[in-house]
Amino acid sequence: MSLNPGTAEALTSSTPETIAAHRPSSLSRDTLRNVVRQRSALIGLTILITLFLIAIFAPFIAPTDPTLSMLDLGEPGKRGAAPCIHLFGCAANLPQHVMGLDSNLRDEFSRVIFGARVSLPMGFLTVGFAIVIGTIIGAIAGFAGGWLDNVLMRIMDIVLSFPSLILAIAIVTVLGAGLFNALLAIGIVSIPVYARVMRASVLSVREADFVTASRALGESSGGLLSRRVLPNALTPLIVQGTLGIGGAILEVAALSFVGLGNQPPTAEWGSMIAGDRNLFFSAPHLIFFPGFAITLSVLGFNLLGDGIRDALDPRLNR
Amino acid sequence: MIRFIVRRLLSSIPVLIGIVILVFILVRVIPGEPCTAAFGEKATPTVCAAFSTRYGLDKPLPEQFVIYAGSLVQGDFGSSIRYGRPVADILLERLPVTVELTILALLFASTVGITLGLISATRRNSPVDAGTMVIANLGVSTPVFVLGLFLAFVFAVLLKGTPLSLPPSGRLSPGLSVVPLAQVWGLTGLTGPLRSLIDFVSNMYVINGLLTLNFGLLTDALRHLILPAVAVGTIPLAIIARMTRSSLLEVLGLDYVRTARAKGLKERSVVIRHGMRNALLPVVTVIGLSLGGFLSGAVLTETIFNLTGMGKTLFESIQGRDYIVIQGVTVVVAFIYLVVNLIVDVSYAFLDPRIRLS
Repeated sequence: MSLNPGTAEALTSSTPETIAAHRPSSLSRDTLRNVVRQRSALIGLTILITLFLIAIFAPFIAPTDPTLSMLDLGEPGKRGAAPCIHLFGCAANLPQHVMGLDSNLRDEFSRVIFGARVSLPMGFLTVGFAIVIGTIIGAIAGFAGGWLDNVLMRIMDIVLSFPSLILAIAIVTVLGAGLFNALLAIGIVSIPVYARVMRASVLSVREADFVTASRALGESSGGLLSRRVLPNALTPLIVQGTLGIGGAILEVAALSFVGLGNQPPTAEWGSMIAGDRNLFFSAPHLIFFPGFAITLSVLGFNLLGDGIRDALDPRLNR
Repeated sequence: MIRFIVRRLLSSIPVLIGIVILVFILVRVIPGEPCTAAFGEKATPTVCAAFSTRYGLDKPLPEQFVIYAGSLVQGDFGSSIRYGRPVADILLERLPVTVELTILALLFASTVGITLGLISATRRNSPVDAGTMVIANLGVSTPVFVLGLFLAFVFAVLLKGTPLSLPPSGRLSPGLSVVPLAQVWGLTGLTGPLRSLIDFVSNMYVINGLLTLNFGLLTDALRHLILPAVAVGTIPLAIIARMTRSSLLEVLGLDYVRTARAKGLKERSVVIRHGMRNALLPVVTVIGLSLGGFLSGAVLTETIFNLTGMGKTLFESIQGRDYIVIQGVTVVVAFIYLVVNLIVDVSYAFLDPRIRLS
């Protein structure tokens, strides 16, 4: 019996693939594959990667220093001048400003580009802070139970019973206006969500057999928490966190808009809009570009968060 | 049902006490002397001593708290440091603006949001569905203040002179005035809570116009509220639309819906009478939860559209260190939020027997 040489070749060449396909699946790898498979997650990821590259390479992309007035360059210009792009028919003897000039004769495009350096990290910082503190509070509440659980969760209820921006405004007023304090305020206000998620995970895992087994083997409470419970709570925390970054960016921008967050002349999207609000009716592009930048970054995080959530939802995996 | 409500009411008491304490502490640790903020250059030590005595700021903190909590129970919020008027009066005058704005935004967000979600779910994966979800995603990601400024630009500048133009600021067009309801009804002699209630309603210009059949006032007040309400309502609208869509899709996949279809019911009746009734449960919760968003949005929108409501008042009093007003506004806002969440919980239990029986 002679084998068809083609078949034999197909067999050998397919072997590595077969082995690859039978690699033991891990949660993180499955998740990654599912996330990439989600169209919305892919769009979100693309937006975010682009924005991060822009933030990293801002000095190379931006034509001028974001805090530099055109007056210092000895260049004539009008407050809130409209965009001038040579490619689109703007006279060649005029200096090119892709997004026009702001009310202080600064190049709006450079400011929007540099704004990414402030707005993107602050989303991570606030949510990171809230997740760390919230996880600790939630873990203690869930693990200890009893009166401590009750007290901690009632405090979380009180924080939640304020509209978040109003409480954040109150906190920044106490701490003093500034970007760092604004981040701290938004962080504090977002703690309860993560505390609740963590507590719920702890409660659901605490009585599981594998945790009881670890305890019987003499593992300490801290070990149980970090090695057994936390990994199981990570999924909802990541989903909640990714979705939370978008919200945090919106809220920090809002605080900057009312003058409590970022202080001029640093380029930050929310305070740029606040600064040029008075020119709005004559120069709407000064609101549009930073506003669009905020929308785009929030959209990126929301799409990615939605995608991760769908990818991790076993009911949707077919 | 009654047991559920009572239990829920009792559990919100510690939260309410916590709110009052938290606000009291927050307000006291705000840096800056209220006296300097109120008198500026004229804040000499003698003036400030008299000022502190007058507002009880010289007493020890625990005593201040007891006095504050005691008068709060009697509905006395104290007097504003800046305006010298009782905070209750300021609330009576300005809270209606925010209530009106919030209700209109809520109506806009829930009717449009639920409709969009319904259309999206019934035409799943169609271009209409995709378009709606793209708009919902954008809506959720746009800052309230950017949207507000843009609406103002489009409707007050670009469309100026067309029938679609809308006013970008204030509550009424110049020249229009509002007659208090108490005066219309000849009740100027009336005092007490009933009078307060009448004044409160009277300050909601839309309701005032409706009650006095003054349609000029009604339409003008409504026209001034449309842009801010759309700005405040857009983020919740997008959330409601997404929630309605996913919830309805889940419900439509259930066995009882298949049974309803198998019985030969019209698709319309299956979706609306059978599907929506169950799908709306989580939507109700989302609407309740988004109330905080409405109030937060109102702070920003009121500043942009120059509406003197709670948000603008809160902001002004924070800048003027008007402790008493900040205290009053924050407590009232948190209280309203608490009550609405209570109503949402109760209505949820009312709609879903599984909750009240568990």
